Amino acid sequence: MLSYLIRRLGLMVLTLFGISIIIFTLLRVVPGNIVDVLFDAAGFVDPADKLKIEQDLGLDKSIPVQYATWIGGLLRGDLGYSYVSEKPALAEILPRIPITARLAALALLFAVSLGVPLGVISAVRQDTKLDYTLRVFSLAGLSLPAFWLGLLILMAAVALFGSIPIYSAAPKTWFDSLVMYAVPAAAVGLRSSALIMRLTRSSMLEVLRQDYIRTARSKGASDRTVNYGHALQNAMLPIVTVIGVEAAFLIGGLIVTETVFNIPGVARFLVEAIRWRDYPIVQNLVMFIAVIVVLSNFIVDLLYAVLDPRIKLAD
Amino acid sequence: MTGKRIALVAGLWLASGVLPAFAQKQGGVLTMYHRDSPASASIHEEATYSNNVAFMAIFNNLVMFKQDVPQNSVDSIVPDLATSWAWSADNTKLTFKLRDGVTWHDGKPFTSADVKCTFDMLMGKSTNKFRKNPRKSWYDNVVDVTTNGDGEATFNLKRPQPALISLLASGYTPIYPCHASAADMRTKPIGTGPFKFVEFKINESIKLVRNPTYWKKGLPYLDGIDFTIIPNRSTAILAFIAGKFDMTFPTEVTVQLMKDIKGQAPQAVCKFESSNVNTNLIVNRDAPPFDNLSIRRAMAMAIDRKSFISILFEGQADEGGALLPPPAGIWGLPQEQLQTIPGYGPDVKKNRDEARKLMEAVGYSADKRLKVKVSARNIPVYRDPAVILIDQLKEIYIDGELDVVETANWFSKVARKDYMIGLNLTGNAVDDPDQAFYENFACGSERNYTNYCNKDLEKDFDVQSQETDLAKRRALAWAIDKKLQEDVARPVIFYSRYGSCWQSHVKGVTVMVNSSYNGYRYEDVWLDK
Repeated sequence: MLSYLIRRLGLMVLTLFGISIIIFTLLRVVPGNIVDVLFDAAGFVDPADKLKIEQDLGLDKSIPVQYATWIGGLLRGDLGYSYVSEKPALAEILPRIPITARLAALALLFAVSLGVPLGVISAVRQDTKLDYTLRVFSLAGLSLPAFWLGLLILMAAVALFGSIPIYSAAPKTWFDSLVMYAVPAAAVGLRSSALIMRLTRSSMLEVLRQDYIRTARSKGASDRTVNYGHALQNAMLPIVTVIGVEAAFLIGGLIVTETVFNIPGVARFLVEAIRWRDYPIVQNLVMFIAVIVVLSNFIVDLLYAVLDPRIKLAD
Repeated sequence: MTGKRIALVAGLWLASGVLPAFAQKQGGVLTMYHRDSPASASIHEEATYSNNVAFMAIFNNLVMFKQDVPQNSVDSIVPDLATSWAWSADNTKLTFKLRDGVTWHDGKPFTSADVKCTFDMLMGKSTNKFRKNPRKSWYDNVVDVTTNGDGEATFNLKRPQPALISLLASGYTPIYPCHASAADMRTKPIGTGPFKFVEFKINESIKLVRNPTYWKKGLPYLDGIDFTIIPNRSTAILAFIAGKFDMTFPTEVTVQLMKDIKGQAPQAVCKFESSNVNTNLIVNRDAPPFDNLSIRRAMAMAIDRKSFISILFEGQADEGGALLPPPAGIWGLPQEQLQTIPGYGPDVKKNRDEARKLMEAVGYSADKRLKVKVSARNIPVYRDPAVILIDQLKEIYIDGELDVVETANWFSKVARKDYMIGLNLTGNAVDDPDQAFYENFACGSERNYTNYCNKDLEKDFDVQSQETDLAKRRALAWAIDKKLQEDVARPVIFYSRYGSCWQSHVKGVTVMVNSSYNGYRYEDVWLDK
């Protein structure tokens, strides 16, 4: 087990190192840098001023030197300064993480609490009207673009209640927080719930045909015990995998939802930073998201062993 | 005093306009959505009214355009930090007497040194340097600013320039404190204005709070202003309709969205006005075959301006030359003169017939078509008219292909003339010929994207610039504008109009009709709640 953990941690570091090179290179390959964007925002101004800003920001140095400076700072916990806000990158990034984390957690909670039970029901009631209804529901959930669903929700809220559930100030209590994030979380969680539901259904159908399920039934176990105690537990492996992938996606991939509901989270900030070519913000945020992805994969792998004792992590 | 006399006195009192001073209510926070996150909080370093809308209320100018007069003009300029101003006999010195007892938001006194510091920075003479200085050229004619004690500052000019006072009245010309660095002004600006800066959270919000020691007693009426940054226009408009905001972002609401607002929030007050931003055709006149005047002229003559205005603005936009046309504009060519310029006439078919003849004379025809790339910045206000332009150019044997350019690369691309044909937007902060002519059409100017250069006409720029008689100056400006259009220097397609809306309880808002840059002091705005 220990050797497995060490090996995985080593792979994680290697993966993150590769990602750091890719993101760093890609950012420099994209035409235009922060100085071009600043100049665009101010119209065209003196090229000498432009050169001076490039020197001030260290953009005149060679790419390897810039990379070494960034990685060196990262290892020391110094994320550099945002070129746009002229504040430490950490101070810009940190406040946005809890916002996205809350939204992602709520969306995931919504997705799992809706997707897993409905998937089980759909499998148990295979080829009934209820199953067909749920399958249509899940297909619709997968097909609805998040921005469109979000806008529909906003329009409906304005038309029906005369209010709009968007972020305009930091919530003061956990209840305010719940109210503020509930609607966007539901909008984004609907797609994930549909995905989880379909996967739960197919995984359950496969397990329900296994011999040990038949054995359990023949021993007089109740439907509830069979479905949830035996079948669901054994059907969980692919579901956990998807939940892990979704969790990682929700941290960095909520750009549309954050834009439509005006939530100042990580994804919207990242896109804005890319637009501004604000390298310190983009590089560090992408690395943060990469860490989340790698960690969630790692946790999922560990969960495999918990859910299925036959899996030996050391192997 | 009899009852009738009391009524008469009360009536006169009301008529004298005294009552409104008592009717205005103190308090409340004005909420507004902001269309994007400004690059910084420093007005002097930016060139978009996104900055002025959010930060102009922090500052004062020496003089300003009267905030409740919609049309900016020399006549609407009123004292601000200056109590009075006077030109020297030869019109080369402009002296301001400064207001006494004004303090910066941090308590330090305002003096003439601050005026000198501000303009030294703008002219690039200070050790305290701006990171960017987009309006440095506004002060090319200023030799220096000198002070006489704490209460007087004089602008010494190379030659007379009556327009200088208008440039100083712009929302783009606030006075900065000597004791704050350029970097500080980008992140936590200090002013003398009616509102103090509280915080600017990038992509999130901007907060201003009432300056309790503002030198205009009793002002501002509001306790503060909260801007929520909402880049998504649909969300922003829905939030306004739902009553979450008191105001929309000014001059940003399209004619189509205005209909939505009027339909769903009929109580809202909306104005649809010109913003002095023109959409124009830029042609790289140094690159063959566009070095041929006939082709450039043919393109200008192929433009059907009414179609652009009909499709994009449902008829609510204006045709004009280099200067904003009347009635919103002060200096623009009147319609009867505009119609005499080739390509502006109402008979589009005739114009295009002539354009085709010009193209045929240089060897193009239905069988031999000219293939070009039409560059446009990758945002709708550029892209949408570019598509229409491509369609119209087909009429004269030109097959355009849309070349969308990311915002980060747009200005550098057109500035280095790395384009063939482009669709460009030009905004004027001050409705004055000096700003438009020198910036966009002077030989070698950074923003002269088409490289148009006519030394003789440039002499006329100087002549009009020095002319103190308004009527004579206007006549000179018209002649120059007409020549620019005839030379196809940068054909103007239309002047857009956009809407601003606010809830009925918001009072004292004035939307300026010939600039989107100068009307955001908010000191007269109040909430009738």
